[in-house]
Amino acid sequence: MNLNATLLGQMISFAIFTWFCMKYVWPPVMAALNERQAKIAQGLADAEQGAQRRAEAEDEINQMLTDAKAQAAEIVAAAQKRGNEIIEESKDGARSEGERLKASAQAEIDQEVVSARESLRQQVSSIAVDGASKILGTEIDASSHAKVLDDLVSQI
Amino acid sequence: MASNAPTQSEYIQHHLQNLVVGFHPENGFGIAHGAAEAKAMGFWALHIDSLFWAILLGSLFCWLFKKAADNITTGVPGKLQNFVEMIVEFADGSVKETFQGKSDLIGPLALTIFVWVFLMNLMDLVPVDLIPRITEAMGIPYMKVVPTTDVNMTLGMSLSVFALIIFYSIKIKGVSGFAAELALQPFSSDNKIIKILFIPVNLLLEGVGLIAKPISLALRLFGNLYAGELIFILIALLPWGIQWALSVPWAIFHILVIVLQAFIFMMLTIVYLSMAHEHH
Repeated sequence: MNLNATLLGQMISFAIFTWFCMKYVWPPVMAALNERQAKIAQGLADAEQGAQRRAEAEDEINQMLTDAKAQAAEIVAAAQKRGNEIIEESKDGARSEGERLKASAQAEIDQEVVSARESLRQQVSSIAVDGASKILGTEIDASSHAKVLDDLVSQI
Repeated sequence: MASNAPTQSEYIQHHLQNLVVGFHPENGFGIAHGAAEAKAMGFWALHIDSLFWAILLGSLFCWLFKKAADNITTGVPGKLQNFVEMIVEFADGSVKETFQGKSDLIGPLALTIFVWVFLMNLMDLVPVDLIPRITEAMGIPYMKVVPTTDVNMTLGMSLSVFALIIFYSIKIKGVSGFAAELALQPFSSDNKIIKILFIPVNLLLEGVGLIAKPISLALRLFGNLYAGELIFILIALLPWGIQWALSVPWAIFHILVIVLQAFIFMMLTIVYLSMAHEHH
């Protein structure tokens, strides 16, 4: 373990290796490390921004959903109202139609009754005369008993 | 030396002997055989094994990290990129925690120290006899595979750090500022004469403190790894049937030591350089 020129040899190799490391190893590795650090920082910032944007979009979606629901409820309510109205309208229509039909039928019946009465009126006097003559056995002059007959007719 | 059934002390000495290449005054240029010959070669000799493994591991570090850096992507990283990024971020984090100033050097320096020292320490977990036996068969008499158990290697690194401490101290504070920091602290006075009298004392204290930085940095790493390696060698002297009972726990414990020592070397380098950048 005596000291000799190996010392100088070691100093020279030490200097060369350090120089080599300083020139060819350290700068590219440090550059890459710093660049990756910047990249990761950028990535994290981007991720944060993305999350924020997503939250905003979610809020917007919720707002839209609420609006749409309200609108749908409104539409349904309007439709229901309109449906009820239509039902009421058709009910009214049907009722008035029915009444009209009933009225016309009543009118027809009344007319029939009147005409039947008229024809009865015309026939009653003759029947009465016929009947009386048959009972009495003589012919009855209708004209002489016109007053009695008219009373009879009017009773019908 | 290791052949012909070495004694235990010969075995240990052989394992602690570097492969020294230098100029021997009598035998001429060549490989030193034994510690005495290595010592005789004086300062201008090289520990070929330490340097070989250190440069191999340093190159492995550079190649692996360069490969990851070349194919780096800011998207989803691959396995290698992930691994490299983790270590780079660890080094960068340690620097940013401690070092307030701005420097293009200190980050890569910390990364290089951490990974390189770790890899060199990691060689300690390779079975002590494995690589030396292989190289012995190839005709290389000595082979120490853990570069950080060679004080030359740790001192080489800490002296480089020391040079950077001096360089930055002078660059940031100026020569006079640095000199003032050494001479006018920790004892100071408003009285000019007492202040001057304090200068030698301060110089001594601060000088020792300054010199202690690289020395302690080098010796801490060297001492830890040398001791660990020595224990592995001692365990290897036991009968082969019971070696595992000691080497496995020690190796597991040593995993902690090798990472910790690499981390301490890196952290103290950052702290020392941070102190060099600070004004008092």
